[in-house]
Amino acid sequence: MSSPEFKNPVVKWIDHRLPVFSFMHHELHEYPTPRNLSYLWNLGSLAGLALVTMIVTGIILAMHYTPHVDHAFESVERIMRDVNHGWLIRYIHMNGASFFFIVVYIHIFRGLYYGSYKAPRELLWILGVLILLLMMATAFMGYVLPWGQMSFWGATVITNLFSAIPWIGDSIVVWLWGGFSVDNPTLSRFFALHYLMPFLIVGVVILHIIALHRFGSNNPLGIDVSGKQDTIPFHPYYTSKDLFGAMVFLTIFASAIFFYPNFLGHPDNYIPANPLQTPAHIVPEWYFLPFYAILRAIPDKLGGVLMMFGAIAVLFVLPWLDRSPVRSGRFRPLFKMFFWVLLADCVLLGYLGGKPAEGIYVMLSRLATAYYFIHFLVILPLLSVVEKTRPLPQSISTPVTGGGMVSAPAAKRGKADV
Amino acid sequence: MSDTVENQGRRDFIVVATNTMLAVGAAAVIYPFVNQMNPAADTLALSSIEVDISGIEEGQAITVKWRGKPVFIRHRTAKEIELAGQVNMDDLRDPQGDLDRVEKPELLVIQGICTHLGCVPLGQKISEVKGDYNGWFCPCHGSHYDTSGRIRKGPAPTNLEVPPYTFLSDNVIKIG
Repeated sequence: MSSPEFKNPVVKWIDHRLPVFSFMHHELHEYPTPRNLSYLWNLGSLAGLALVTMIVTGIILAMHYTPHVDHAFESVERIMRDVNHGWLIRYIHMNGASFFFIVVYIHIFRGLYYGSYKAPRELLWILGVLILLLMMATAFMGYVLPWGQMSFWGATVITNLFSAIPWIGDSIVVWLWGGFSVDNPTLSRFFALHYLMPFLIVGVVILHIIALHRFGSNNPLGIDVSGKQDTIPFHPYYTSKDLFGAMVFLTIFASAIFFYPNFLGHPDNYIPANPLQTPAHIVPEWYFLPFYAILRAIPDKLGGVLMMFGAIAVLFVLPWLDRSPVRSGRFRPLFKMFFWVLLADCVLLGYLGGKPAEGIYVMLSRLATAYYFIHFLVILPLLSVVEKTRPLPQSISTPVTGGGMVSAPAAKRGKADV
Repeated sequence: MSDTVENQGRRDFIVVATNTMLAVGAAAVIYPFVNQMNPAADTLALSSIEVDISGIEEGQAITVKWRGKPVFIRHRTAKEIELAGQVNMDDLRDPQGDLDRVEKPELLVIQGICTHLGCVPLGQKISEVKGDYNGWFCPCHGSHYDTSGRIRKGPAPTNLEVPPYTFLSDNVIKIG
C-alpha cells in the first residue's frame, strides 16, 4: 500500500499537493480484489455506467423539454421528430431507466444469494437500499414528465397513496400537488426534483463505494480474504472483466433501443393527459409491478400502502434478520432453496401487478405478498438457527490449489500478482 | 476551574437559550420553503364555478371540472332515489343517509374522484359499466359505488365526496 512513484513530473508535482493520482492508483489499480469473483460481480460497475448514461442523456433532454402542462407533451414529440437525434437520446433515456433497474435488481439478488449484506457490510447494504429508494422516486417523477395519460394517472394514483396517512394525509397530498389535483405546479416541481435526485444518487453511490472499499468485495464463497494469495489487483484484471461485461450490456441495451424501443412502455402514454378520463387499465412501469401487486393485494387503503413501503423497509433490517454466520448460499442447502422460491415469488408478484385486480389474481397476489414477508420475517431468522450448513473452504485459494495449505507454486503466483 | 462550577447554572441557561433560539430561527426559515409548495393564490382563486343544470333530463348526468377534477352532477330517477333511501346503514362501510348527501333528492352532486387512489369512476355515460350497485365503478382497483355515490364494495375507504355547493336559483348551482 505504499505511495506509487509517478514518472511524469507534472503528475508528481500535482500529486504532492493534491493526491488524486495516488488515490486513483490506490482504489482503481492496486485495490486488492478477491480472485474468484464471477460475472455477477460486474453488475455494480454496470449500474454506474447506467447512472452516468441517464444523467448525460437527461441533461440533453432537459435542454429541449418544456415543463408546462400545455407544452410538455408536444415538446417531447418535438424531441422525437424534429430535434437532431432527439429520438435516439430520448429512447436511450427511456430504455435506460428500465436497464438501470434490470442491472440493479440482479445486483440486489446477487447480494441476497451470497449474503453480501452480512457483517461487516451492513451499511454498504443499507446505502444500496437507499439508492434503490431514490431511484424509484426519480423514475416515478421522470415518467410523469411526458404528460401522457399514464404519466398523469400514474402521478395521481401514486401521490394519492399519501392520503392514506391518518388525519394529515389529505393536506400532504394537496401540498405535494401544489393544488387540488395533479396539475401544472405538480409537473414543474417534479421536473425540478427529477433533475436534482440523480445527483443525490451520485452522492449515495460515492458513500456506497467508500463502504465497499473498506472491506472489499464479498465473493462467491462468502469467506474473508485470508492473505495476498487470495486477491489480485483491480487493474488490469477486473477493469478488463468489467469492460467486457459493459460491452455485452451495451450490445443488449442497443438492441432494445434500436429494435424494440417501446417494448417496455405503454401505448397509452402517447395520448396526451386528460384529467377527466382514466384509462381503462392503468399499470405502472414494469419495475414497480411487484410493489404494485402488494399494494393491491391488501383490501385496506392504509394497510396496502404500509405493506408496499414495508416491502422495502424489510430490506433495511435484513442484516439483522438473517443471523447465519455463513454468507454464501453455496454452503446453505436450505437457504439456497428458499432463495429461489423468493426470486420466483418476486417474479410472480411482478406478473400479478400487471393483471387486473379481480378473480384468481387477487388471491394469488395475497399469497405471494404473504410469502414475501414470511421469507424475510420468519424463514430467514428460523434458518439462522436450524440450518446445518456445509463446511466452508479454508481460504479462497484452497479450492483452486487443493488441500488445506496453500501450495508453494500458488503462493509464488499470488506474490507475483501483487 | 472553580469559577465554571460556580457559574454552571448560568452557563447552562445560556446554552439552552441559544439552542432554543436556534431551533426557533431554523423553523422560521424552513417554514416558507415548505409552504411554497402549497397551492398558490391564483390556484386558490379558481375555486368556485357556476353550473346551469336546467338541461339535464331525468336519468342523465353531466361532468364538470372544478379545481382540476371532475364533478358528477346526476339528475336521478325516482327508482334510483328509492334504491338509495332503502339501504340498511349497517351494510355501509361509511354510513351516511342518502338525504344527508343531497340538497334536493333528484340532484346528486359528487366529486368524480375515487376515494381510493384518485381515478375517475365509470358510470356517467349510458354505455359505461355502473358496477354491482348501479352507481359508479372505478376501473383502477375495482371499487363499486351505489346510486348515492356511497362505497359498497372494493378497496376505497369512504363515499364519493360531496363538494360544497348551493342553489343560486332553481336552474343554477354554485360549486365551491
